[in-house]
Amino acid sequence: MWRYVGRRLVLAIPTLLGASIIVFAMVHLAPGDPIAAVLPVDASKEQVEAVKKAYGFDKPLPVQYLKWLGRVVTGDLGKSIATRRAVILDVRDSLANSLVLAISSSVLAFGAGIALGLLAAFWQGRWLDKLASAVAVVGVSVPHYWAGIILIIIFSVQLNWLPAMGAAADGGIVAYLRHMTLPTIALALIPLGVIARVVRSAALDILAQEFVLALRAKGLGHRRVFTHVVKNSAPQIITVLGLQFGFQLGGSVLVEAVFSWPGTGYLLNLAIFQRDIPVLQGVILVLATFFVLLNLLVDVLQTYIDPRIARH
Amino acid sequence: MSILALPTGVGVVVGAPLSYWRTVAWRLSRDRATLVAGSLLLLVVLSAVLAPWISPHDPNAGSIRQRLAEVGAPSHVLGTDEQGRDMLSRLLWGGRMTLLAGLTPVLVAFVLGTVLGVSAGYAGGITNTLVMRTMDIFYAFPAVLLAIAISGALGPGLPNTLISLSIVFIPRVVRVAESATVQVKGLEYVAAARASGAGVWQILRHHLLANILGPVLVFASTQVSLSIILAAGLSFLGLGVTPPAAEWGLMLNTLRQSIYVNAVVPALPGLAIFVTSMAFNLVSDGLRDAMEIRA
Repeated sequence: MWRYVGRRLVLAIPTLLGASIIVFAMVHLAPGDPIAAVLPVDASKEQVEAVKKAYGFDKPLPVQYLKWLGRVVTGDLGKSIATRRAVILDVRDSLANSLVLAISSSVLAFGAGIALGLLAAFWQGRWLDKLASAVAVVGVSVPHYWAGIILIIIFSVQLNWLPAMGAAADGGIVAYLRHMTLPTIALALIPLGVIARVVRSAALDILAQEFVLALRAKGLGHRRVFTHVVKNSAPQIITVLGLQFGFQLGGSVLVEAVFSWPGTGYLLNLAIFQRDIPVLQGVILVLATFFVLLNLLVDVLQTYIDPRIARH
Repeated sequence: MSILALPTGVGVVVGAPLSYWRTVAWRLSRDRATLVAGSLLLLVVLSAVLAPWISPHDPNAGSIRQRLAEVGAPSHVLGTDEQGRDMLSRLLWGGRMTLLAGLTPVLVAFVLGTVLGVSAGYAGGITNTLVMRTMDIFYAFPAVLLAIAISGALGPGLPNTLISLSIVFIPRVVRVAESATVQVKGLEYVAAARASGAGVWQILRHHLLANILGPVLVFASTQVSLSIILAAGLSFLGLGVTPPAAEWGLMLNTLRQSIYVNAVVPALPGLAIFVTSMAFNLVSDGLRDAMEIRA
């Protein structure tokens, strides 16, 4: 088991390094000179050279990459071009808001999705099953940014129940909760559909196995059979939950844009329009690292629950 | 879990056994959900293709006096947008852009991904490791984030959207094509073909590609709906098609400010994205069931 964990950890390093190369390359993907944003239009040649030197752009690319990586590893993500603040501070502040949203929408989606999937499997072919299938298809097909706008139209514009924009960071806990309700629902739609679908098929697989028949023959009631099914489909379900949580964290850019929720997605959006490449890089690097580590955690958790996996 | 399965359990009583594709067609013809979704899809595609001939107004001609007309207004069946442009015409024209931006990356990924995946799977060894580990790197980013990151760095515009979305979907196709190739490569009939003197190209064309293209194509079809949502999403953020062109995501974005004036018209472009993406999902689900591919 521990050997397996160690091996997975080692395997995550090249992935992270590769991701860092992609993030580093973004500066050079961007059209125009990366330092043009810092300089006045009428900068002299000497000024241009000086700034280039200050930012290290006069060195060959591999050297620039290694230097950048060295700083990144110590938590120095550079300075924002727009605000001159350290990128790490901006990312840290917004990450808290994004985490809150990712957790709340995951709790909602996991709870509702697992319940719906299990109920659908136990009442296969009945109306509840059909409802679950419909929810699953809608969940994976709906553009969540549009769902967000629809929620705003209904609950903010028409009914005037909930606020449409921002996070009300200093308005107390109730105001904060009210602000996060709509984005939470919008963000929960996709994982709700995916989870309901996966849980249903995982539970059906288990229900079709002989041991379930044996349990029933033994005289166990529905509820006891139910716990056995849940236990046995847990590894598969956990994988999906882990992946979905990662998607929630990285995929909330569009929903955050709709609700002006001050998370990493909103920060990323701002950075793109201010052509603030250091912030863009910082946000993406931090989110990718989170995502890779989360996948690692899921793998380890899965092996813990079902040790047979490590032997493959 | 096998990727290729023979059609079994088909309820045909008389006559010779059906060929694989006829079995698939027969199953599809009995699948009502897929047929309805397929017809809807055909309608969306046709109306996008025929937009220049069937749209009642010029999609870019606005009128300040007719801004945000309600659905059902005289001569504007679906109302007008914030610049007084006819919504029906813009939705028809917008479909062209959204479908183009959503379908092209998946098509590119299907071609390039299959080539890369089959090569890696067939070559094995160091080539395989190199290709597959490189693809793994792209899995370090959730799809939405990767698309926005690359588009954000490249800047707005349709070509950049196509590039960033292709980068999102290529690694996925490579993975599926590679694992299918490795599975088929190990089957006995490939060894038999090799033993009877078939060359590499012959094996690749007749024995590998012929058997993996179906599953890979079905996988690619499952990605179209996500691709459309992402393509429209990039325009929604201002990273895709540039104004004044009509595109569903962009229309949704510019109409967003108007929800306090007119609640129905701003929701229409998103509804179009939703219906199209759901139709693609249902059709690809039906296709997968009919072809008995487990993925």
